[in-house]
Parts: sequence; structure tokens; C-alpha cells
Amino acid sequence: MTEQDKLLEQVTNEDYKFGFVTDIETDIIDIGLNEDVVRLISLKKEEPEWMLDFRLKAYRKWLEMKAPDWAYLKVPPIDYQSISYYAAPKQKKKLNSLDEVDQELLDTFNKLGIPLEEQKHLAGVAVDAVMDSVSVKTTFKEVLAEKGIIFCSFSEAVREFPDLVKKYLGNAVPYADNYFAALNSAVFSDGSFCYIPKGVRCPMELSTYFRINAANTGQFERTLIVADDDSYVSYLEGCTAPMRDENQLHAAVVEIIAMERAEVKYSTVQNWYPGDKNGKGGIYNFVTKRGICRGDYSKISWTQVETGSAITWKYPSCVLMGDHSKGEFYSVALTNHHQQADTGTKMIHIGKNTKSLIVSKGISAGVSNNSYRGLVKVSKRADNARNFSQCDSLLMGSKCGAHTFPYIECANKSAILEHEATTSKISEDQIFYCNQRGIDTEDAVAMIVNGYAKEVLNKLPMEFAVEAQKLLALSLEGSVG
Amino acid sequence: MLSIKNLHAVVEGKEILKGINLEIKPGEIHAIMGPNGSGKSTLANVLAGHEKYEVTEGEITFMGENLLDQAAEDRARNGLFLSFQYPIEIPGVSMVNFLKTAVNEHRKHKGLDPLTASQFLKLMEEKKKVVEISSQLTNRSVNEGFSGGEKKRNEIFQMAMLEPRLSILDETDSGLDIDALRVVANGVNALKRDDNATIVVTHYQRLLDYIIPDHVHVMYNGKIVKSAGKELAYELEEKGYDWIKKELGE
Ligand SMILES: Nc1ncnc2c1ncn2[C@@H]1O[C@H](COP(=O)(O)OP(=O)(O)OP(=O)(O)O)[C@@H](O)[C@H]1O
Ligand SMILES: [Mg+2]
Repeated sequence: MTEQDKLLEQVTNEDYKFGFVTDIETDIIDIGLNEDVVRLISLKKEEPEWMLDFRLKAYRKWLEMKAPDWAYLKVPPIDYQSISYYAAPKQKKKLNSLDEVDQELLDTFNKLGIPLEEQKHLAGVAVDAVMDSVSVKTTFKEVLAEKGIIFCSFSEAVREFPDLVKKYLGNAVPYADNYFAALNSAVFSDGSFCYIPKGVRCPMELSTYFRINAANTGQFERTLIVADDDSYVSYLEGCTAPMRDENQLHAAVVEIIAMERAEVKYSTVQNWYPGDKNGKGGIYNFVTKRGICRGDYSKISWTQVETGSAITWKYPSCVLMGDHSKGEFYSVALTNHHQQADTGTKMIHIGKNTKSLIVSKGISAGVSNNSYRGLVKVSKRADNARNFSQCDSLLMGSKCGAHTFPYIECANKSAILEHEATTSKISEDQIFYCNQRGIDTEDAVAMIVNGYAKEVLNKLPMEFAVEAQKLLALSLEGSVG
Repeated sequence: MLSIKNLHAVVEGKEILKGINLEIKPGEIHAIMGPNGSGKSTLANVLAGHEKYEVTEGEITFMGENLLDQAAEDRARNGLFLSFQYPIEIPGVSMVNFLKTAVNEHRKHKGLDPLTASQFLKLMEEKKKVVEISSQLTNRSVNEGFSGGEKKRNEIFQMAMLEPRLSILDETDSGLDIDALRVVANGVNALKRDDNATIVVTHYQRLLDYIIPDHVHVMYNGKIVKSAGKELAYELEEKGYDWIKKELGE
């Protein structure tokens, strides 16, 4: 409450706040994509043969595939040959401490408020900061290591824990899953790997900040989280991107595996550059996120706050394989100006007595388009499956669009599936009521929108919730009055 | 404190206020009565700065400044408070958050530091007693699911929190049970000071037994057609509005 007030006061007429470009020498390869580029990426990362094979298979598959066109999105043609597929901050040698990190890079992190410092240790956050594809610094690895928890960059995992990576890579999102997943599998640059051993409760929130920096570099992150039997982890991902005119492509893959009785909470606040007020620039965000509740009584929960990107195509999903397993999806998606979002989830019930919950809150302003697309699928042997879906849309003004596409495929009569949907507007009278109490219109809108999204924001870890509230307010600036 | 001269206002192309004149001094209580649809709420909304109502003629000064120049939130911060005839529900926004934002906006306007969470909660406890409002209400979203009477009580609670210079109570008594009426009236009286003023819009003399007005005005067809002391309220209660219409030759 205190926080929110502070944040609301900070709502001023700033433009995209994170729009600065860090001037660091970048090791960048020429634009274009072919087999040699895939090999070069693998070579630069000093990868083993099996990793290169995975990439090549994915690349060859990708060549045969077509970009999906079923989403409610207008995607301008993307020239995959005009993108550079690898950019790493140039480093002369491997780094052992923060002191050795490039000052500019540290300044960037500070501007972003990325908590690499000791204080964050106290706050219980370990951060794996990924900037333009290479992990620069991983903190608190030692603390985690004591518990046997692995939390490192994907590249490092490939080197240090090849057996684990090999075993789980592609389980939730096979390389041939879809066009963008195949592309990612071929050229992924880096990302995070996390393994929680049997019976371990991760003592802190694991946090990764992604950031696109170099101009014209596609960003292809890959994250793999494995929670072994009876373990628990809460994982946070946040993104910002500097302001640029060219559209940048972002095609990430996140895979989660939850074993017997394991629980994984995955939270994202996505704030990629959305483009300017006229729809120029902005990130194209095509993301494949999927979790498998493999063990009985396992649970995966996705919470996302999406305020950024020019185009968002994203459906964090749960495959409920284990009996009594549970999937949750909490989402706030905000679009303003010319942004387009087609986002939602898939809940695939396979095991018996599986449950899923979907809470989606869309907010559309300006001339934007915001779609919820969700699939609840109950397979033949999934006795007693239950789903509850709540899809709300909030419209600001009359030029934006909100759309809901709920799909249900049910092959088992014992399933109970409920779906509720509402559409509302912020009324003039609500704004006037706030005005009459001394609250100006911008603050009133921020307050009402945050109230509307509260059910989802409450699912975020505290400090993320604060950031998310601020983002919602910032993203709606100038959308009323 | 408030001076209204020849005020004309239009809503959706229709003239509702047709030349209102009214002077209010600090410390005074004015009652405005009048038949349904005569324009009482419209006057209240115009004073509060609702954008739907367009002022086509006339002047309003409030605390020595031109009121019509000011945005609704600035009027509020300058001390003008409207207790709504139909308070608005704001789902998802807690009373605490709403009022804390409002109180701190008022403080900022006066150049004061915002209240800390604990200072605010203390103030809230204090003011809750004045209007005997329960925590069950103040812990909920703004007016959401409140009964009619609870909403009215909540309006007076907000008034207590914001300590306005001029309060306009638009039919705050309607929908209140006998006990609530007494509580609300006592609340208004407890908040009464020499330097603030109150406009009470009501249909019933009953409220004026508790809140004793210095002046009673009758509004009819967009104008104030009669003003007198508190005895006018009794006369209206007894005789209705027909005799006034007759006096006007209608
Ligand atoms: N937003 C609006 N649109 C159209 N007409 C309006 C609007 N607001 C008020 N009016 C009209 O203006 C006239 C005065 O309404 P107002 O609400 O001011 O009356 P009132 O004196 O407060 O009545 P009551 O005693 O019933 O509360 C009515 O005829 C009403 O229908
Ligand atoms: Mg009225």
C-alpha cells in the first residue's frame, strides 16, 4: 500500500524509461542465417557435439516450417536473413568478481536497478544477469551450491552438467514444436539453467534479468528448470530493452519439468520496448513456455505481467501428466498505442484428478489489440479433471480491441470445466469520484487498473509486484483524457 | 467563501441551471430543498467540476478564486467536498488505499509531507469513531457491495478524513435508518467549525432537526426561487411545493 502510493506519485510524463543504449564493444557476427552460422554459434560457445547436433536438427526442421498465422496479430514480414544471431559483450578473459566487470555494463545494470549487490543477498535474491546472450555474472551460486541447487547460465550448464541438460532439454518444448521454438533451438544464445535436487526447498527467489542491447540482434534465450521429487522453487524473470527504431525479434523458450510432488512458481514481468506512440519500433516477442507436471501431485504455476513488446505471441502452458497434478496461469496483459498481444495458456489434462486454474486480465488502451487465447484439453484417461477459467477484459477508450478465444477439447465425461468472462470499462463516474477526492485522472486510472489486476499481482513476489504496479501505471500514461 | 452569480449550466444540450445566485459565508449551513428534477444534484456536480456539465453563463468564486478555472481534483484539494447522492463503486481498490492517496494528495497541495502508514491508520481509527463506521466496511473495496445506507455513511467518513472547507451533502439522509441518520448528523456537527461551511441538499425536514441550517433555499426548475430561515423547512414539510409554484404564478 505504502509502496503503491509512492509509485503512483512517480507516474510522470516520461517516455520509455529504460530506453538507453549501452556503449560496450560487442562481439557480433554478420547478419544472416545458414548452417554455417549455426555451427559458428556452437563453436563460439565451445559446445560439445551433441549440442551442435540438436541445433542442426532444429535448424533443418525450421527450414521446412512456416510461421504461424492463426493468432489475432498483424505481423509484418520478418527477414530472418537481416538479423545477426549472436552478440556477446567482448570480454578479454573470464571474470571472477564484480570488480572485473566492465564499468559501463555495471552502470547499465544500476540504471535498471538490477540487484547484483550484496544487499540483494539480504533480500534473498540471487540474480543471473544475462545481457545480450552471455551470462556476465552469477551471484550467490555458492550459497545455492551448498544445497545442491544448480543455477547458472545455459552455456555453463552445457559444459558442467551435460548429462542433466541432455536428459531434460527438449522434453517440454521439442525442437520441432513450432516455428519459433525450432528457430530458438537452432540459434539460442544463452539463458539460464536451474536444477533443484530431491527434497530441497530453494531458500531464495531465483531471479534472472534479460536485456536486449546490441542493435539488430535477435535475442534467443533458452531456460530450463528442473525440479526433482519433493522440491520447490520460485523463479523470476524480468526484461527490459533499450529503445531503438528497428523491430527486434525475441524468440525465447522456457521449459519446466516438475517431478513427484515438486512445485515450480514461475513469474515474469515483461517490459520489452513496445514501440513509440505511432507504432514505430518495438520488440516482436514470440515465446514458447511450457511446463510438464511429470510427477504425481506436482504443481506448476505461471504468473505473467506483460506490458511491453510491439507484438506478443505467448502461451505459457502446463502438461498435467502426473495424477493429482496442478497447473495455474495468472496473467495481466496490457496493450497501449499500437501494441498487439495474443496471449493465454494451454492446460493439457492427462493424469487423473488433475486441476487447472486460469486467471487472465487483459487491459487495452489506445488503438491496441489484446487477445486471450486459451485451450483446456482433457484426454480420455484424465478422470475427474477440473478447470476454472476467468477471463476479464478492461477497455480504455473506444478505439482498442479485446478478444477472447477459449477452446475446450474434452474427451472424458467426468471433467468439470468452468469458464467465466467479463468485459468492463473504467467509467467516467469512477474517475470523477476519484477526482472529487483530490486524485487526478492519471493516478485514478493507475489505481483502478491495479485494483482490477490485483488478483494476479498478489501472486507475484513482493518486489516484483511493486515493479509490476509501476509498469502498469507507466504503460498507461496519456491513455486517458 | 462561495459566491455563485447567475449560473447557467447545460447537460447534453439541455439547460438545467437557469440563473442560480447563492452566497455562502464561513461557519454557515445552507439547506437546499426542492422537487425532484429541479437541479439540486446538477448544481452540486457543477460545483464539484463534473465535465459532463457545461457552464454556459455566470461566475463562481470559491475561497477568493475562480472555481470554474479549476480541475475537479484541484477544487477538491482546495477544500470542496461532495457527498454523492449515488456514491460510485470502484471494485478492487481498497478503501485504505483510496483514502490514503486522497489524504496525501490534499497534504501535498498544502505543502505537507505525506502521512506514513501508521500515522494514516491512526487518523483513520480516530475518524471512524466520529461516524461510527465499522472496519468491516473500511477494509473493503470502495463502496463495492455496500448497502445504500453504508455508502452514505462512508461518504461522511471520507468527509471526516479530508476535513473540507465546504461540504455539499447531496441527499446524504436518504436511505439512512433512524440511528444512522442521527450518527451521520452528529458526525457532520462534530466536524463543524467557524471556518467551514455546509450545503445540505435534502427532501426532509427530519435531517434539519439535527443539522440546523442558517438558511433554507428552495430550488425549482433550475433557479432558487425562495430563501428564508429554518422555518421555511417546516412550512415545506407541511404544505409541499404547490404553494410556491402558485406564488410563482404557475
Ligand atoms: N447526465 C444527464 N443527462 C441528461 N439529463 C440529466 C443529466 N443529469 C441531470 N439531468 C436532468 O436534469 C434535471 C435535474 O436533475 P438533478 O439530478 O439535478 O435533479 P435533483 O434536483 O437533484 O433531483 P432529485 O431530487 O430527484 O435528486 C433532471 O430533469 C434530470 O433528468
Ligand atoms: Mg439529486
